Amino acid sequence: MFEWLGITPQGLYGQLLVGLINGSFYATLSLGLAVIFGLLNIVNFTHGAQYMMGAFVAWMGLRYFGVNYWWSLILAPLAVGVVGIVLELTLLRRLYRMDHLYGLLLTFGLALIIEGGFRQAFGISGEQYDIPEALTGATNLGFIFLPNYRAWVVAASLVVCFFAWFVIERTKLGAYLRAGTENPQLLQAFGVNVPVLVTLTYGFGAALAGFAGVLAAPIFQVNPVMGSNLLIVVFAVVVIGGLGSILGSILTGVGLGLIEGLTKVFYPEGSSVVIFVIMAVILLIRPAGLFGKEK
Amino acid sequence: MTSAFRPDTELLRVTGLHAFYGESHVLHGMDFTVNKGEVVSLLGRNGSGRTTTLRAVLGLVEKRSGSVMVNGRETIAMPTYRIARLGIGYCPEERGIFSSLNVEENLLLPPLVGSGGMGVEEIYEMFPNLAERKRSQGTRLSGGEQQMLALARILRTGARLLLLDEITEGLAPVIVQALARAIENLKARGMTLVLGEQNFRFVEPLADRHYVIEHGRVAEMVKKDELQAKQGLLHQYLGV
Repeated sequence: MFEWLGITPQGLYGQLLVGLINGSFYATLSLGLAVIFGLLNIVNFTHGAQYMMGAFVAWMGLRYFGVNYWWSLILAPLAVGVVGIVLELTLLRRLYRMDHLYGLLLTFGLALIIEGGFRQAFGISGEQYDIPEALTGATNLGFIFLPNYRAWVVAASLVVCFFAWFVIERTKLGAYLRAGTENPQLLQAFGVNVPVLVTLTYGFGAALAGFAGVLAAPIFQVNPVMGSNLLIVVFAVVVIGGLGSILGSILTGVGLGLIEGLTKVFYPEGSSVVIFVIMAVILLIRPAGLFGKEK
Repeated sequence: MTSAFRPDTELLRVTGLHAFYGESHVLHGMDFTVNKGEVVSLLGRNGSGRTTTLRAVLGLVEKRSGSVMVNGRETIAMPTYRIARLGIGYCPEERGIFSSLNVEENLLLPPLVGSGGMGVEEIYEMFPNLAERKRSQGTRLSGGEQQMLALARILRTGARLLLLDEITEGLAPVIVQALARAIENLKARGMTLVLGEQNFRFVEPLADRHYVIEHGRVAEMVKKDELQAKQGLLHQYLGV
């Protein structure tokens, strides 16, 4: 269809698939960031390190303890979530009354420390994590060979995002979370233990990043800096989507992944900056983001 | 004020309560008591400390000292959510309707803090407008409806002590009358109410006792049957 531009359908579908996969990661990570920012008022710069930890916990589990991929998918997010809870209880908790800048500095510092620690222990050459046997191979869809693992990544991310959306928008616990985001003092005055809600929310956001890390392990190299590379883009995604809406962060994540993929086809030189260009434009016309509300 | 705490009749006893927001010292030793089943008003001009008093009872100020006994329990060192669980319902001045929740979610949000709260059906009977607009976004309601929702949601929880801050502010007379009926209804059910009000005309027929607040402390306590005799005094304090 775009042959006159020198673009083959395979190339187009291939890049769209890559875009969809990246978009799944953007969605999962920006969702966690949005939930954390909403309730804690902290921009969680440790998110990338938590994503990396998820991948590393999976890798270490397999390497040292023979924990397979499927168990890692449950255990690694739990482990990252518990580390998140400890961080919240010991450090983040002290910052809620202070300026945003302190939260930024603390979480950024933590990210550097965590990454440095992993770099010291494992180097930066990266580790290989094999695709679980059940998901190796590819399926011929007629117009493209779809690697099974990649299909799984997209499906699993979307299911987890939908699940998170459902819990937040349709359950009582989610109503506490939304109310706490708007007015935590009043929620406390109704008898809700808001500090515990805050701790669990941070743990949940961190676990979500850890989950994305496990999904990423077989696709990308398991590497101490894998998170910081991705996080910059994810922050741009969050800025574009705005921090006001859960569904917004999911849609923006997937959408921008696809746009990035398309750019790789039509104007490859622009693919690494397209998200940032969109961010700049959005900031000019809608400073609160596509789905955000002015605070 | 100096008599010993009487657990069988007193639900709330505030003694020597000081409250602070940052550097500003807002309450300077508040003393008052509220008996079970009583309706008490806290009257005062703007900035006298009515709202802060209600917030300080729940620990919603940056710092507080003194003593706040709720049903015989000292709460001065408790976190807010534990004080609320002693059976307090709070309706803030700004109403505090959550915009990310619909009307029914707002209504069902506060957890139960006691037994014997009103059923949802009963609440919808009392406030039919809310039933009609269950699925609307909370903040899409009119001011009067939002006020009703803010009151309705604490009736479900089984709270026996309701702290209502300026519930008539900015509302049409017909709605103020409806709120007055609701308060009489609650009193008949044995609820204990503290009304922070600037609107003396509203609380005059409802309250058993009035505390006049000035500069963050109680300036005068007036019982219902003393209103006639002390009218001049009230006029002086409140300008009514």
